[in-house]
Amino acid sequence: MSDNYNLRGKIAVVGVGETTYYKHGQSPDPEFVLVLKAILAACDDAGINPKEIDGFCSYSNDRNDPPRLANALGLSELRYSNMQWTSGGGGAAAAVQNAAGAITAGSANVVVAYRGLAQGQFGRFGRSGGSRPVSGGAAYTLPYGMMSAAQMYAMRTTRFMYEHGVGRNAMRSIAMACYHHAQNNPRAVMNGRTLDADTYDASRWISEPYRLFDCCLENDGAAAMIITRSDHAMDLAKAPAMVLGAQQSGGHRSGATVENATDYVTSSFKPAVKYLYEQAGVTPQDVDVVQSYENFTGGVVMSLIEHGFCTYENVDQVLTFDNLRADGGNLPLNTSGGNLAECYMHGLGLQIEAVRQVRGESCNQVPDVKVALANAGPMVAVASTAIYGTPEALG
Amino acid sequence: MSRFTSEAHLPGLRQPAPANDGLDAPFWEGTRAHELRVQHCRSCEIHQWGPEWMCHACNSMELDWVTVDPVGQIYSWQRPHHPVHRALSDRGPYIIVLVELPHADNLRMVGNLLGDPLQEIEIGASVSVVFEDHDDGDPDFTLVQWEVTPAS
Ligand SMILES: [Zn+2]
Repeated sequence: MSDNYNLRGKIAVVGVGETTYYKHGQSPDPEFVLVLKAILAACDDAGINPKEIDGFCSYSNDRNDPPRLANALGLSELRYSNMQWTSGGGGAAAAVQNAAGAITAGSANVVVAYRGLAQGQFGRFGRSGGSRPVSGGAAYTLPYGMMSAAQMYAMRTTRFMYEHGVGRNAMRSIAMACYHHAQNNPRAVMNGRTLDADTYDASRWISEPYRLFDCCLENDGAAAMIITRSDHAMDLAKAPAMVLGAQQSGGHRSGATVENATDYVTSSFKPAVKYLYEQAGVTPQDVDVVQSYENFTGGVVMSLIEHGFCTYENVDQVLTFDNLRADGGNLPLNTSGGNLAECYMHGLGLQIEAVRQVRGESCNQVPDVKVALANAGPMVAVASTAIYGTPEALG
Repeated sequence: MSRFTSEAHLPGLRQPAPANDGLDAPFWEGTRAHELRVQHCRSCEIHQWGPEWMCHACNSMELDWVTVDPVGQIYSWQRPHHPVHRALSDRGPYIIVLVELPHADNLRMVGNLLGDPLQEIEIGASVSVVFEDHDDGDPDFTLVQWEVTPAS
């Protein structure tokens, strides 16, 4: 692949920020205000004037549209805006990819990747009311009581566990690692609330095979990342996190309705990883710390396998609680607490945590991080995944 | 091969209605007639599900609806315990199965597994359709439910 068609080394994340993370429905601010606050926090972190922003990227049909944001911020030019379509938070790394692509093409200079959620204002994901008839794909699932995200992905996890003979150990370890890391993270909604194996095992079923602690939170808040050219980044006060690679990932009929994706037993990352590692010029062995999107723990197990961090056969040996800890593990995972224990900001918090690890600013800092990976949205029709690195990682 | 019932397994949930673009009306007309219909490509003869305007294999738009044997095998399952809709608040656990149709290119359908909600579920078990008639709908409709096929 010609270097002209590669973003590696050209693009950097220079600022990250978020609002206070609230329990769902608890935000005192409207969603749009949360997004503005997150953007200002990310600009402050970057040391840039918000009026330098000239592009916006988001995902999951974010309600806070770029024309309104640009108007509120008083931007003199809006050169680029972009929405990535997929279900859930599968577009978190895609928003970074799209921003990087736009900047590489010269379409914009300073692009914000952002996501805001205020469920008190707009209603919850995990509950479904209503009595109107449903049509389309939902007509084939909802009348059978299959309507929440947990229910869509429980079905896939059952089949994964059956085909590969995988039990609950790795799922339990992932949940425990997330809660463990949240205890050092003052932003985390679950800071102060620990999780041990007995509590996990005794927790109630949401939908078999998922227990309560296999499932992500629902939260209010907003998060933002400032992305720009690497030569611009070098002029700023803080060290940048280089975007080494970023990729969306949908496979053959991964968007088929009624659970008819051709490859059903997948986190949806199989198509992406070859492009991702090739772009980034690294291998799984080079990755020092991993942020893997937990909508549900079963999806994380599949994601880590498909990214090459373990195999179907050695899941139980590699994905242990001790191995997933930032303090001493060989595969530090979700070091902010992630969607399970920091905040469910549709995965943008995991991208931000990868940047913090590369900059040496995590509250669970892994020593000598050069390369960090953060993915988004396992098991959705289109997932996305990105690799960040220090300037030294460019070699 | 199949039977029918007028007893709702999960009463009070939102009912299905044919899509307003006409794409899947033949499916819902079929269930009212106690037939299980799926799409079939006139050109390359594959079965297709869920419904779409184009054959995903050959891109023909000449798709027919054919009736297939109302039997399949459990491909995956789950047992929801947490009620996510008010109609389920006092329902207790229930079973959702993903059923593979061996007579239709192994395409998959979602439905409830009838019987004891706490029964052990075996992937690969043979199941057959129970058409669940709702004659009080708007419009009236019939769901496709499943039960384990008794050993013969
Ligand atoms: Zn065809």
